Formats: sequence, structure tokens, C-alpha cells
Amino acid sequence: MSVTAQAAAPRRLARSRFTFDRLEVLGPLFIIPAILYVVVLVGLPFLLALYYSVSAYSIFNPSYTFVGLKNFREVIDSEIFRRTLANTLIFTISAQIIGLLLGKIGAMLLMQEFPGRRLARALIVLPWAVPVSLATLAWVWMFDSLYSVINWTLLAAGLIDPAHRPQWLGQEDLAMIAVATVHAWRLFPFGVVIFLAGFTSVPQDVLDAATIDGAGFWRRNYQIILPIIAPIIMIAVIFGTVFTFTDLSVVYLLTKGGPINSTQVLGSLAFQVGILSGDVAHGAAICLFLFPFLLVAVILLLRSLRRREI
Amino acid sequence: MPRLAGKVVGQSSFYGAVVTLVVFAAFPFYWMLITTFKTDGDLYNLKSIPYWFNSPPTLEHLKYLFEDTLFVQWLSNSALIGLCVVAITLLVALPAGYGLARMPGRSGENLSIGIFLTYLVPPTLLFLPLARVVTLLGLQDSVWALVVVYPTFTIPFCTWLLMGFFKSVPREIEEAAIVDGCTIVGAFVKTVLPLSVPAILTVVIFAFTLTVQEFVYALTFISSSSEKPVTLGVATDLIRGDIFYWGELMGAALISSVPVAIAYNLFLDRFISGITGGAVK
Repeated sequence: MSVTAQAAAPRRLARSRFTFDRLEVLGPLFIIPAILYVVVLVGLPFLLALYYSVSAYSIFNPSYTFVGLKNFREVIDSEIFRRTLANTLIFTISAQIIGLLLGKIGAMLLMQEFPGRRLARALIVLPWAVPVSLATLAWVWMFDSLYSVINWTLLAAGLIDPAHRPQWLGQEDLAMIAVATVHAWRLFPFGVVIFLAGFTSVPQDVLDAATIDGAGFWRRNYQIILPIIAPIIMIAVIFGTVFTFTDLSVVYLLTKGGPINSTQVLGSLAFQVGILSGDVAHGAAICLFLFPFLLVAVILLLRSLRRREI
Repeated sequence: MPRLAGKVVGQSSFYGAVVTLVVFAAFPFYWMLITTFKTDGDLYNLKSIPYWFNSPPTLEHLKYLFEDTLFVQWLSNSALIGLCVVAITLLVALPAGYGLARMPGRSGENLSIGIFLTYLVPPTLLFLPLARVVTLLGLQDSVWALVVVYPTFTIPFCTWLLMGFFKSVPREIEEAAIVDGCTIVGAFVKTVLPLSVPAILTVVIFAFTLTVQEFVYALTFISSSSEKPVTLGVATDLIRGDIFYWGELMGAALISSVPVAIAYNLFLDRFISGITGGAVK
């Protein structure tokens, strides 16, 4: 009896060892923790967000009563929300355009050899590399109502009247410009880096061949380089758009959405409604307006990743 | 002669453009630096030229920051969160990246794109439900809430980076080890991991910097000063009422962002090749 048991143990061990030696068995086991983590802490919360948005849940009355699409209707009917949606689009689009333009110019400059090039690149990348909340604080100080260095410079240059100093964060139009500036400032280094990576990936012999065939600066730029790097730029635009569209820290720290909700974006409004006012249901409904847009981003990204493989 | 003039104009407009761009990018950081070391009398004086010191630089803001605020506590909170998240990320993403890289056919590629796409799901979409999840786990108002939640964005990105790297490791190396009597796990640990040190280092730096940069989840989950990470503590707790302590604020922002910026800069090229899916090598 004891002999059999002793003999069986190593055999079972041997078999289990054999099982774990097969990649078909081990491969999925390796992947499962990652998938579980993502499902439990991204997938399930997302479903919970969906459920919040059709319930009457608030921190004062945590009931999961189903109310249908009432929250969405109320959100769309609100003046503030429509302004918010428009703001989010304005900031995102302006940041992308400025980011791409300055990104391309910056990368073309940094492609040249010149003394101090590495330092210039490191300094240009700074806005993208440092934590956004801390970088935004520097801008809050630069836009200060009284001690703004920007106003000081404009005053010294005689461009503004000392009696009417611009209140960068206190006037609707100026606050919009301030938020858009910070977003563009943060995003353009990403554009520079992406264009640099794209430019260096263009094979030199292709460029040489084009030059010999008589292509000038503009033709080389727009008919050879741009088509080659287009997929990379596309991916960068998708990421940049998602980052700006979903950001709430810049607005939260710069203007808190003010003056009077004029610079709210989807994220900051959802934070204000869902967390500060405790109306989780409406907050979740506001957040979910991000979703169709993210879906488009995902589909575009998938397509560019596929195209790259061909 | 006109040719020389043309060259001078070209050169100076080139450098002019470079300088303009560098100033636009870096001025806020210069502003942080100079604000940190200015005396209050110099800071809050509208008459003097603000670009330079009008009275001798001072260390009083930094002294106050380190001695009379929770700044050091916030820094150590951020470091703790960063280290734990890096550990969790490596533990989960290393095997996952390897498993995906060695999956037969295109299934590994497709599955990994699926995981990578969750990197696009922003905190803004999830902070409300995750606040509830954090409460259910009993972690509200604690650094551990962030330790649990941050891997949701580091794992997808790092798994993707590692999978790309493991694919470039020839399979023959592991097969040789297996023929020599190693198990698959043994072959992975003894042959693949040592070859992957650069990739692992990249993942460590990225998981750490992404974690230190995060703001939204911290803002949502944490309200006690002593549990805040540095990005949140500096942004919310150095302001009392309506009074901003600009010297301290800028000093704190500078000290906590410079190391992150340097680390990020060193590994920037790998980050770019990661998000472009290896289109750029």
C-alpha cells in the first residue's frame, strides 16, 4: 500500500511537470493574470459606470433605481453641458492643430546638426515629460491676476493699458485662450518627437533617388516623406486626441471650469457633478459621452496598426 | 557678397526659430526655478523686472517646504506607490508578454492589441465607478487604493512593450535550454530574462513615471493630506484659503518634476516605438 503511494507520487509529479512543459497549457496561464486584472478593474467598473448612468444613484441616496435614459436627456438639455461639449472639442482640435504644426517645425529644426541640439531637444520635450498637474501650476502662477509675468511683459512692451490688465483666468474669452495654450504647450513636444521618429525612419536612399530625379524641397516633403510617415502621424494624432479630449487636470487646476462654467470640459464637469456634488448618476452620464468618441479612436487605431503590418 | 548675406539671414532665422520654440517650451520651468529662490519681497513687487533676482536669492521657501509642510511625506508616498506598482506590473506583464509572444499564429498578436487598447481607456471614464470599487475594498483615502488602481494602465502598456521585445528573442535559445533539461519556466527565467534586461529597465522606468504623473485617480480617491502622492499634495495642499505660497509651490513642483523629466527623456525613443506599435525602430 505504502509502496504504491510512494511510487505514484513521483509519477504524478512527472506528469504535472510534463503538463507544465507544454506551451499550449503554460501560455494561457501566463496571460490570465493580466487579463483578469484588466477585466476586474477596467471592464467591470465600465459596466458599473453604464449602470450608474441609467440609475438614480447619488452619494446621499445610494439606490440603484432604474430610471432609463432620463439622466442622459437631462444632461443634453442642460446649457452648461452643451457649452462643455463644445469646449472639449475646441480645446482638443486646437491643441492637435498647433501640436502638429509646431511639432513638424520643431522636428525639421532638430533634424539639422547644430551645437546644443541635444540640449534643445531635451528642453523642448520637457512639457510632455513632467507631471501635468505640476506643470499646470507654473501656468497658474504665470497667469496670476496681479503678478502675471505675461502681463508684466505686455505692459513693459506697451501693448496693454495698466488700468485694464487682462485677467487671464477670470475673463471668459481669455480663460479659453489660457486653457487652449496650456493644452497646446503640453502636446506639441509629443508632436516634435513623433515627427522626429518619422523623419529618421525615412530611408536616405529613397530621398537621394528623389533628389536625383529632380524633386525639390517641397516635393520631397509632401510627396515622399509625408506619405511614408503618415501612419505614424495618424497613431500620434489618435493618442494626442484621446489625451486632450479626456483630460481634466489642466482645466481643474487652471480655472476649475470657470469663470461660471465657461471653460468646463467633459472630465471636469463630470468631476464636479459626480464627486463634488455627489450626483454620481449624472456624472456617469456625462463621462459616457466620451465613449462613442473613444470607440472611433479605437477603430482608427486598429486600422492603422493593421495597415502597418502589411 | 549677397550669398554671404543670404547665409547669415538663413542662419539667424534658423537659430531664431529654435530659440523661440525652446523658450515657449521651457519658460514655465525657468519661471519655477527663479520663483523658488526669490524672496517674497522680490516676488510680490510689480515695479522690478521679474526675469531676474532683484534682491539676493534665498533658500527660505525650500526650508519652509521641507520643514513645515508634508512635502517629504508626499514624496515618499509617491515613491512607495511607484515601487509597488512597478512590482505588480512586472509580476503580471512579464509572463503575459512572454505568453503572448509565443502564442501560435495571429491569436497572440490579436489578444495583445486587445490588451493594449485598454491603455486608451482614460481615468476620466472610470473614476466614478472605481471610487465605489475602492470603497468596497476598504481602501478609500489610502495610498493602497492607488497601488491597486494604477496597474490598470501600466499593465496594458508594459505587456505590449515586452511582447514586442520577446518576439525579437530567437526561440532557439529557449529550445536549447529545454533540450538541456530546463522546464519552460526555467528556460524563460534562465535564458530569456537575462537577455531582456534593457526591456525590463524600460518597463520599470515607464511604469514608475506614468504612476508618478497620474493626478485624476489620486484627486478622486484621496482626501487626507498625509496619504497624498506628490502631484496631488503640491497642487491642493500648498494653497491655504486663497493664499498661494508661490515660492514653496514652485519649489515643490520643480523638485518633483525634474527627476521624472530626466528619466522620461532617457527612455523617450522606446516609448515612441511602443505607441507606434514598433513602426519606428
